[in-house]
Amino acid sequence: MLVITALAVVRTRSLFAVVTLSGVFSLLSALLFVTLDAVDVAFTEAAVGAGISTVLMLGTLALTSRSERSEKKTQIVPLLTVVVAGAAMVYGTLDMPNFGSPDAPAQTHVGPEYFERIPKEIDVPNAVTAILASYRGFDTLGETAVVFTAGIGVLMLMSGLGRRRKEDEDDPDQEGGST
Amino acid sequence: MFEEMTVEFILGHLNYWFFILLMMTGLYVVIAKGNLVKKIVGLNIFQTSVFMLYISTGKVEGGTAPIFPMDMKIDPEMIYSNPLPHVLILTAIVVGIATTSLGLALIIRIREEYHTIEEHEIAEQETKISLAELNGDQLISGGNS
Repeated sequence: MLVITALAVVRTRSLFAVVTLSGVFSLLSALLFVTLDAVDVAFTEAAVGAGISTVLMLGTLALTSRSERSEKKTQIVPLLTVVVAGAAMVYGTLDMPNFGSPDAPAQTHVGPEYFERIPKEIDVPNAVTAILASYRGFDTLGETAVVFTAGIGVLMLMSGLGRRRKEDEDDPDQEGGST
Repeated sequence: MFEEMTVEFILGHLNYWFFILLMMTGLYVVIAKGNLVKKIVGLNIFQTSVFMLYISTGKVEGGTAPIFPMDMKIDPEMIYSNPLPHVLILTAIVVGIATTSLGLALIIRIREEYHTIEEHEIAEQETKISLAELNGDQLISGGNS
């Protein structure tokens, strides 16, 4: 179903439908995260991916245009690039352990250590919260810094939007480029 | 024996291949589509499939979500999935929304400047502008044709 949704995104021309489909994609992936035991991630994906980013994209659509114009550019080069990159990655997975195998390197190294230490050191029942806030607290600090920077960037780009729009209306020569 | 191993191998790796298929779909949208909003959607698809790849490496057969009982008495028989990929991906999702919103703000700014969000139209206008600059005085007669 995820694959079908993704392919629909490629084919659809109406941007409104594309944005809605991306929300659908996020919700489906949240379901997948639940089946993969990552309930916290599913939570965040459903709230952030399906909620906030869909709202932001709809806001962008309201300020820009609704549909995609067709173009006659040849599509063979990107398709070739994508197929080659995908084949390289599939070749890379051949060395990976089987899905869900308990003796994979990811499961034998730090994972069990966290399970031994969390009850003694942190005493928070949710292991994801314990790691996020304690053992990997600096990651979270860095994440906050990124979000802060992005927020400043958005504010700088969007500030004076109404003012500039008014200037555009006063000076209709600039509309000439739109057709 | 060998035959059995291959079937097991394919089933064990099928999920990775599906995620790679999704990833490549996203990448194709980013490269081939000219509409800027669509590029952002493609980037999101790419991102989410990378998240799925990570989360699937943390899954343990027969495991459950890594949440302990409230009294912290962990049953040694109980299998939990690896929480570390979950933590990393939580961070990545939030960073992803930050980059998405920055990209969308850039699109709005571009639309203000060029009155379009199609890549080839922006390129056309850019060529027109640089040609006009090259021609210097002919800018007034050439620009309005």
